[in-house]
Amino acid sequence: MATKSIAGVNVEVNEEGYMTDASQWTKEIATEIAKEEGIEITDKHFEVIDYIREKVASGEGLTIRGINKSGVVDAKTFYQLFPGAPLKKATKIAGVPKPVSCI
Amino acid sequence: MKKLLILGAGTAGTMMANKLRKKFLREDWDITIVDQYKTHYYQPGFLFIPFGMYSAQDVIKPKSDFFPIGVNVIYSKIEKIIPDENHVLLADGVVLNYDYLIIATGTRTAPEETPGLKDKLWYKEIFDFYTIEGAVALSNFFKTWQGGELVVNIAELPYKCPVAPLEFVFFADAFFTERGMRDKVNITYVTPLPGAFTKPRATKMLGELLKSKNINIVPDFNVAEVDNDVKKIVDYAGNEVKFDCLVSIPTNMGDEMIERSGMGDDMNFVPTDKHTLQARDYKNIFVIGDAANLPTSKAGSVAHFASEILEENLMCAIEGRPYTASFDGHANCYIETGYGKGTLIDFNYDTEPLAGSFPFPGLGPFGLLKVTRTNHYGKLIFRWLYWHILLKGKEMPIDSEMQMAGKKL
Repeated sequence: MATKSIAGVNVEVNEEGYMTDASQWTKEIATEIAKEEGIEITDKHFEVIDYIREKVASGEGLTIRGINKSGVVDAKTFYQLFPGAPLKKATKIAGVPKPVSCI
Repeated sequence: MKKLLILGAGTAGTMMANKLRKKFLREDWDITIVDQYKTHYYQPGFLFIPFGMYSAQDVIKPKSDFFPIGVNVIYSKIEKIIPDENHVLLADGVVLNYDYLIIATGTRTAPEETPGLKDKLWYKEIFDFYTIEGAVALSNFFKTWQGGELVVNIAELPYKCPVAPLEFVFFADAFFTERGMRDKVNITYVTPLPGAFTKPRATKMLGELLKSKNINIVPDFNVAEVDNDVKKIVDYAGNEVKFDCLVSIPTNMGDEMIERSGMGDDMNFVPTDKHTLQARDYKNIFVIGDAANLPTSKAGSVAHFASEILEENLMCAIEGRPYTASFDGHANCYIETGYGKGTLIDFNYDTEPLAGSFPFPGLGPFGLLKVTRTNHYGKLIFRWLYWHILLKGKEMPIDSEMQMAGKKL
């Protein structure tokens, strides 16, 4: 566990840079983390981020399938918005834990 | 007379019927089990069929061989559960009442979820091996195949028996080597996971095994569609993998009846308390096996370990006591690695697969995260244990709770 200054605020992050206290999250912090991930954030990104934060707050799991069916964004666009590893990047920017895959 | 109703007579449902018929007095409890099919498949055996090691005959028995005396058996499709009224509606209009309900309707492959998967090449050059039909079709295909790109693709998580696709590529490597045509077959393992498996140590060990067998791995690949004309799979990011033979592990979903009942998540798995095994939203409904949304493997070993927890907690519920058993997500998987050898992993919700010996600390005879001949025999012997001990709800010499003794941290 470490503290990191993002957008002028000291936030708690884990060793992979994921915020550990979702309540510390602000839009400014999200913009800053997105930049580190090479993403120029837009309103569409925030729509997805809001959806992810709501899902996590209600204790539900995040999957590509769930995002695809969310009505907010389809899977292909989700990949375009957060290239490479969309779930990992989007959760990091949304200030929520990295999704775990259980098989 | 009280009524216990079990939906699904696969591995989990059959085990529960056997256990509970012994537990409950016949004059107090009426037990009924419902399934639409009359055939019981030994599903771990499907893996062996494409390589001609088992035939269909080796994995098929009538379900009726495994039901205890004193259980009502109904072969019927289930229309839906009406949980607020404690009713189950069967397809032919029959209504069953219950005091307690156990859902054990499992999971099914849903190739239709991936565009192009179940299309013109289905069972011609595209196969699954999680159904008897797919496994037999692939076996026939391999008999005359001249080689090319063999691609094994996992469509989506979670899927049943998470090590089976790895075993499949290990077997394929040995199979084509023994036929003297391994140089004509390029094997590629394409997975949505970041590596060969989920947990660090098993991923490392299995990843190295893939490498040593000259099997390519393409990680972080979430398939979006299958192109039947160019013969390639494409993911959401636009990455492509070409194939001459595609072996798909299709999306797994819970039974459609769960959706009709309005009781499932977005993949038709029933939200279930991961420790008590009670359905999240209903006090008198329990869920066991693949039908539950538990964050552990969908596998017979998990259902087996869970069956002991469920038996105890069901008694607690009936007698109005607090739950005394807590499921830890225990899974135990023999992994065939080809050439008459195998490895073994043992893990639960919180502890990743570790090296060591199993089930007896220091003695084994099985080696965890080690490739040995004994592990392979463990898997072969298991088929006998499955038919004769496990399904009948008899005692197995393995604790339902995962043990740390004999493991190396």
